[in-house]
Amino acid sequence: MSELAWIDLALTAARPQAMGALLRYFRDLDLAEEAFQEACLRALKNWPDKGPPRDPAAWLILVGRNSGIDRVRKRAREQPLPPEEMLSDLGDAEDDLAERLDGAHYRDDILRLLFVCCHPDLPATQQIALALRIVSGLSVRQIARAFLVSEAAMEQRITRAKARVAAAGIPFEAPDAAARAERLSVVAQMIYLVFNEGYSAGTAEAADAPFATEAIRLARLLLKLFPAEPEIMGLAALLLIQHSRLAARFDADGQIVLLDDQDRALWDRDLIAEALVLIDKAMRHRAPGPFQVQAAIAALHARAAAPAETDWAGIERLYRTLERLQPSPVVTLNRAVAVWKLEGAEAALALVEPLGERLSGYFHFHGLRGGLLKELGRREAAREAFDRAVALARTPAEAAHIRQHLDGLQRERVASRS
Amino acid sequence: MQYAVLCYNEETVVEAWSKDENDRVMRDLAAVEKKYAEKGRLGPVARLMPTTAATTVRKSAGDSFVVDGPFAETKEQFLGFFIVEADTLEEAIAFAQELAVANPGAGAYEIRPLRLFKPGGGPN
Repeated sequence: MSELAWIDLALTAARPQAMGALLRYFRDLDLAEEAFQEACLRALKNWPDKGPPRDPAAWLILVGRNSGIDRVRKRAREQPLPPEEMLSDLGDAEDDLAERLDGAHYRDDILRLLFVCCHPDLPATQQIALALRIVSGLSVRQIARAFLVSEAAMEQRITRAKARVAAAGIPFEAPDAAARAERLSVVAQMIYLVFNEGYSAGTAEAADAPFATEAIRLARLLLKLFPAEPEIMGLAALLLIQHSRLAARFDADGQIVLLDDQDRALWDRDLIAEALVLIDKAMRHRAPGPFQVQAAIAALHARAAAPAETDWAGIERLYRTLERLQPSPVVTLNRAVAVWKLEGAEAALALVEPLGERLSGYFHFHGLRGGLLKELGRREAAREAFDRAVALARTPAEAAHIRQHLDGLQRERVASRS
Repeated sequence: MQYAVLCYNEETVVEAWSKDENDRVMRDLAAVEKKYAEKGRLGPVARLMPTTAATTVRKSAGDSFVVDGPFAETKEQFLGFFIVEADTLEEAIAFAQELAVANPGAGAYEIRPLRLFKPGGGPN
């Protein structure tokens, strides 16, 4: 590894902590970012000669803070603004040892940094873009490429998101226990959104984009800050298991491969093993939550050496728990798949039919319903359901999968006539 | 004399490695291991999962209690170890230096002579 590559890694690793502290000092995202950039430039200049500092994050915070203060003073000379109003916590500016890793602030600093990206006024895509820019430190170009939009458009999107965050005011008081738990839960949801942006698009390009790896990095970071939170263990485990299938999820043409058809030898066993440990740890807390239950479901799939060995009874039970914790027709639909495997198509269809009103625009509803009707020999109704599914498919792979069923129906029809 | 060579590094930096970087470091380390294994000088080698996967049993006067996470919150974390047979401390240091060439950057290898070694008959 070259020296520059190592410095780059150190800067990436130190970023959340340094940015979090600089945001606390300057109470302004842009100013914090400029200060961090300046500190990184000086690190690139200084570290190769003098060697890396003992604590890179503390070094970056100190240098960033000083350069940010300079900047504010210059601005104050240009505009008649008293600098005191733009700064805070400068009483300890002399104390260069104030920012050790065990500093009492750093946990809340990083949580705040993540939390400002989750403002409820921001649409999901802006939350994701902001987190990748501010916390992960990806360049606007990298983020634009991941979202398949132009760099200018992404620049504008991030600028707008930052303006909204600034207008809403950043919560600087240290949170009490209840507020901290609330922030943690909002941040966990946002990290899941980051992951899902790459995962649910169902294309090899999106899956290959940095969404998944960054989301896992953020989840691990959060778990390091809050090591005894079972839902954060669940979140990390869920992301690890879903990501473990990356190499098996797409065929040579980039088409998505469904779970049952995946080559399980391609699953990343290291990631699965780590996830299983986290689930074990979470279970000890006996405080189930939606992420833990989803991770446990993913784990039952991961533990099956072949699709036929899947513990459908366990999965059905877990979906029942999830329905209780987080009722949603999509969860019931997923439980219906397990019921189909356990009790047959008739029982599953009875569970699926009442969901029709709420899921009429949902691809998977019509796909599953078609499959159940087909098995029950109701071919005409199955064909109609599959037609609706094809119309609602979001990717060519989804449509192709349903067309296979339609072709099957067609063949059966021809065969029954002859 | 047997030595444990304990690997310490900043976990967040290791986690920021790309898959390619990770694979390259593992391959280069394996080359050093192979050299010592062929001489019959290498004992068990282990790489640990992240500290987020750790659980700590804290002993106390009465009951022990279980805590999530690693034993100590440190800037650099204990990430793995090698057991090596060396005639002198210099040889053990040379081994650690070869590891440092294979896996450069920050972090450290701590060399600790073994007082007792039970290879165990368990899983390999």
